[in-house]
Amino acid sequence: MATTAQPSPASAPAHEGETRRDFIQIAATALVGVGATIAAWPFIDSMNPARDTLAAGAPVDIDVSKIQPGQQIVVLWRSRPIFIMNRTPDELKRLQEAQDTSLLSDPDSKALQQPEYAKNWHRSIKPEYLVLVGICTHLGCIPIAKPDPGSVEPNWPGGYFCPCHGSKYDLAGRVFAGVPAPLNLPVPPHNFVSDKVIRVGENPPGSTFDLASVEQL
Amino acid sequence: MVRWIDHRLPIFTFMKHELNDYPTPRNLSYWWNFGSLAGIMLVIMIVTGIFLAMEYTPQVNDAFDSVERIRRDVNYGWLIQYLHMNGASFFFIVTYIHIFRGLYYGSYKEPRELLWMLGLVILLLMMATAFMGYVLPWGQMSFWGATVITNLFSAIPVVGQKIVTWLWGGFAVDNPTLNRFYALHYLLPFVIVGVVMLHLIALHQHGSNNPLGIDRKTPQDSIPFHPYYTIKDMFGLFAFLIVYAIFVFFMPDALGDPQNYIQANPLQTPPEIVPEWYFLPFYAILRSVPNILFIPSKLAGVLCLFGAIGILFFLPWLDTSRVRSARFRPIYKWVFWLLVIDVAVLGDCGAHRPEGWYIFAGRMATLYYFVHFLILMPLIGWFERPRPLPTSIATTVMKRSSGSLAAASPVGKS
Repeated sequence: MATTAQPSPASAPAHEGETRRDFIQIAATALVGVGATIAAWPFIDSMNPARDTLAAGAPVDIDVSKIQPGQQIVVLWRSRPIFIMNRTPDELKRLQEAQDTSLLSDPDSKALQQPEYAKNWHRSIKPEYLVLVGICTHLGCIPIAKPDPGSVEPNWPGGYFCPCHGSKYDLAGRVFAGVPAPLNLPVPPHNFVSDKVIRVGENPPGSTFDLASVEQL
Repeated sequence: MVRWIDHRLPIFTFMKHELNDYPTPRNLSYWWNFGSLAGIMLVIMIVTGIFLAMEYTPQVNDAFDSVERIRRDVNYGWLIQYLHMNGASFFFIVTYIHIFRGLYYGSYKEPRELLWMLGLVILLLMMATAFMGYVLPWGQMSFWGATVITNLFSAIPVVGQKIVTWLWGGFAVDNPTLNRFYALHYLLPFVIVGVVMLHLIALHQHGSNNPLGIDRKTPQDSIPFHPYYTIKDMFGLFAFLIVYAIFVFFMPDALGDPQNYIQANPLQTPPEIVPEWYFLPFYAILRSVPNILFIPSKLAGVLCLFGAIGILFFLPWLDTSRVRSARFRPIYKWVFWLLVIDVAVLGDCGAHRPEGWYIFAGRMATLYYFVHFLILMPLIGWFERPRPLPTSIATTVMKRSSGSLAAASPVGKS
């Protein structure tokens, strides 16, 4: 190497040759490395979602006018179940009662599990229409809607019950304390394009919420 | 660390021995690049193929659309698919050049007979793999090519039809056929990798043949594989990749048939069925053969088709000359080029409908192909008087370089 060059004039040309060879080798190796990386990228990127897969993840419009008070529908968006529930005035009243909210682990939705416009006591835009990603934050099962009080246990206020490991959420998707699930059910981006139609997957104007940014899906 | 592993698993010693120090004849020309190019093509085909398999659907209703989806929707799918599709053609180009190089320089002769035969096994596996791969996009040529080629086996007396039904897994080429072809198309490349390993073991036993065709006698006849031939192979590789890239990026469909962009229709045969270019000479042989004595034309054509490759397995014994390189065989040198022309004529006949002149040309070229191997090769070996062989590789190389120096020196002095 150049650093070990000796002062002897006889060996100087040989060391010059070595330095040159070293440089060429490093340059060639670097070039091959860059080339290999560039060549690898198309293959890696081909495993990312394809254009048609992304297009299938475009926002979907749901007519909510047919959902009766107390009824829930489940739609599929981006391969995930989306719960849309029309809550009755009774159910909405229970969401605000202190005897129920005291049982919750995050009653004020402090954790980033919803867009800013759903960070309220009903976790939705219009109080009656709840939109949730129906995937338990514990291990990914689909919770079952149990809106009737007492239907899961004697003091059950109505909510969602996950059959896999017994996690419980209230009718705003807020998780109860002392269950395996750590976080509230996520609220996906959604807005009202008219009084009757909810567009799931698109924020209201002015909001830039990305579902991928929540703490846990 | 390297020493710790090498003491227990001598992989580094092995690599140094077989890739670094491996003594190689010092006079190899660029015709010796095509073996390593074929190996690299095999790797490219396997890598692109695995990524295509992640997106492909082997189901008759979805296969065509899934390939179109790869081209249009999958990120860089167009690139991976074109690399694979054109890769098949380029794999065959380098392999055919590799084989013709072996024919010209007598690389199949003692002690390399098994090396040659293993290469032919690789060729047969490649042909099977390429054929089944061509069926997967489920276009018109895929379907009708599969129909025609599988029906070749119906020429076998007595059990022919049973074998064809067994190949199909149904009453015609259909979903079961597509599924098994997909499974085998995925499997066979790895079988090829295995045979390539054997091919390399056989190669490294006696080392490469060389343009002079004479054995190495002294250490002066050899140079280490690295860096001399790694560099030469790399240079050839980049030249080759440029041509490959021109096809992939600027004329990706130049080597394919537009009929295959129409989804397979079992109710309509395209006006002309033509295989991919690399099968054309064999296709011509299949179509050219007339009734021979009591053998009907259909069976005779199939026999000649398989015989055209089968005969190559006997080449080490059909060629009776003890001189390897055609450089020292004044008659064989010309006969070799006649064979190249003959195969080109066969290819041209395969590409055209068997009408008029093409029937005659196809028959003559088929006849000549077999005459070359069965009659000319043994006869020339007996009658030809080879030119005197050089005493060693080193003396020839040194003489050539000193000769060119001597020729240049008067200019330098004046």
